[in-house]
Amino acid sequence: MVSLRFRELSPRRHFVGGSLQLTDPIPRVIYRGVSTHRIFEIIQRHENDLLAEWLRLQNQTLASRRDRIPESQLRANSQDFIMGLRDALSASDSVDTGQPAWSRLREILAEFSKQRAALGFTPSETAIFVLSFKQALFGRLRQEYANDPHAFAELTWQATEILDQLGLYTVEIYTKTRESVILRQQQELLELSTPVVELWTGILALPLIGMLDSSRTQVVMQNLLEAIVAREADLAIIDITGVPTVDTLVAQHLLKTVAAARLMGADCIISGIRPQIAQTIIHLGVDLGAVITKATLADAFRLALKKKNLSIGSSR
Amino acid sequence: MTVEKQSELPLRAQEDVVSARQFVRAWAVELGLNLVDQTKIITAASELARNAVIYGGGGLVRVEILVDPGKRGLRLTFEDRGPGIADIEKAMSDGYTTGNGLGGAKRLSHEFSIESTPGAGTRISITRWKG
Amino acid sequence: MDRIPLLKIGDFLLVTVQVDMHDRLAVALQDDLTERIVATRARGVLIDISALDIVDSFIGRMLGNIAGMARVLDAETVVVGMQPSVAITLVELGLSLPGIRTALNIDRGMDLLRAAASEETGETSSDGREAV
Repeated sequence: MVSLRFRELSPRRHFVGGSLQLTDPIPRVIYRGVSTHRIFEIIQRHENDLLAEWLRLQNQTLASRRDRIPESQLRANSQDFIMGLRDALSASDSVDTGQPAWSRLREILAEFSKQRAALGFTPSETAIFVLSFKQALFGRLRQEYANDPHAFAELTWQATEILDQLGLYTVEIYTKTRESVILRQQQELLELSTPVVELWTGILALPLIGMLDSSRTQVVMQNLLEAIVAREADLAIIDITGVPTVDTLVAQHLLKTVAAARLMGADCIISGIRPQIAQTIIHLGVDLGAVITKATLADAFRLALKKKNLSIGSSR
Repeated sequence: MTVEKQSELPLRAQEDVVSARQFVRAWAVELGLNLVDQTKIITAASELARNAVIYGGGGLVRVEILVDPGKRGLRLTFEDRGPGIADIEKAMSDGYTTGNGLGGAKRLSHEFSIESTPGAGTRISITRWKG
Repeated sequence: MDRIPLLKIGDFLLVTVQVDMHDRLAVALQDDLTERIVATRARGVLIDISALDIVDSFIGRMLGNIAGMARVLDAETVVVGMQPSVAITLVELGLSLPGIRTALNIDRGMDLLRAAASEETGETSSDGREAV
């Protein structure tokens, strides 16, 4: 009997809110009686051999990283994965790993990715975990289905679908983790690197350099207010010469800082507003109100001295 | 989103407004909020606790630590069985001059919700997320 | 009920708020200050809030009331020692404490009060008329 064989192009995948979803569910006809349950059985029957082969492959590819991960940890990770995979396969015959039956395995992989990201592994090294399992599994499938090329082809395709999705998922979580690590490091660097300078007794200067984003601005401004208390300075010059652009949020933070300083009993002067920034500020409709502005830090300093009834004279 | 922990404090008299501030501070510290964020939520709590005592005839505040993937937050819910608010929009907008602090509490929070039934009572929730 | 102590320093009254005030205490402070300004003919009031972690709209209004009443009684009010997180929160709340002068600490606050008081009493213009 001749059966028509529909083979769709690999369904489109997209990431939705952190989980992988298939936009076109795979029609049953593709399975043609070869269910993913067979993969489950293979794993069930040959768990130890699969684990051994997989560990061998991982050690081979990660030869340079052996110092970072103890053998016992690798083994534990791998066992967890195989168990999770087995459980997912027994609960569902879908190759869509976005389904609830796969969520436990995804959790296991997420933990794994986060660990590897924190240890400084590269994305490839992290993805290799899942992808090398493919090799081990295929080897086993080839043996079991040597006499059934059709089943072998189907199962290989199903395993590929599943493991590719899971591999991509590990990379996605890895990337998110790396991003949050970098963000935290940036934050720490920021707190160390925005100095408030005391130009004279009671006169502080805060020279801002580089792009300001909302959170950075908030941190920097808080530092200024705290310095005002610590150094008992009632005049603060916020210099934005080194800031290429200012958006509404940043402008508002600046104004809020000036207002807060005022409430505390200190005055602020904003200096270094370049023509482009002045234009942006007008454009955005930000009202500088009573805030004193000066073109340069030097002008601002001169004004600050005057306010304190000080002047710089030369000695003869 | 799950609620990791929760606790309640009754609000009956003026002194309870002060207790509420201390109560919320302890939770804000436990959540790990920085000083400015602590100050914001405690100040908002002070406004709403006062409302519950003065306008609501007494009530309670419930504190919950919320857990979402990737973030944790503090949610405060103020409940009273008082006369309720007939025109919520009006109360929110001119609250500043009459001093009911609703608008302020909203400005100081990431999330704000209010339900009120004249004759039955009022429930106001504010949330601040960490990180 | 305990009340917040007021200190007389020269022509001025100093209040140091060190407790988390409930509303009744705040109102009592307002009343006490008003009475003492009259009793001592004080020229100024210095309110030290450096120990206050929280200033909500009620306390803000109280400070405004004190400043208003003091002015009617011919005294200046200066609030000192506001903490940064309190200042940031007040700005966020939209409370600007109008009519209230602020200073970083008691010393600076005193300087402000003295300057304000001497402006009032001493200054005359060159033709002998008193400056207003």
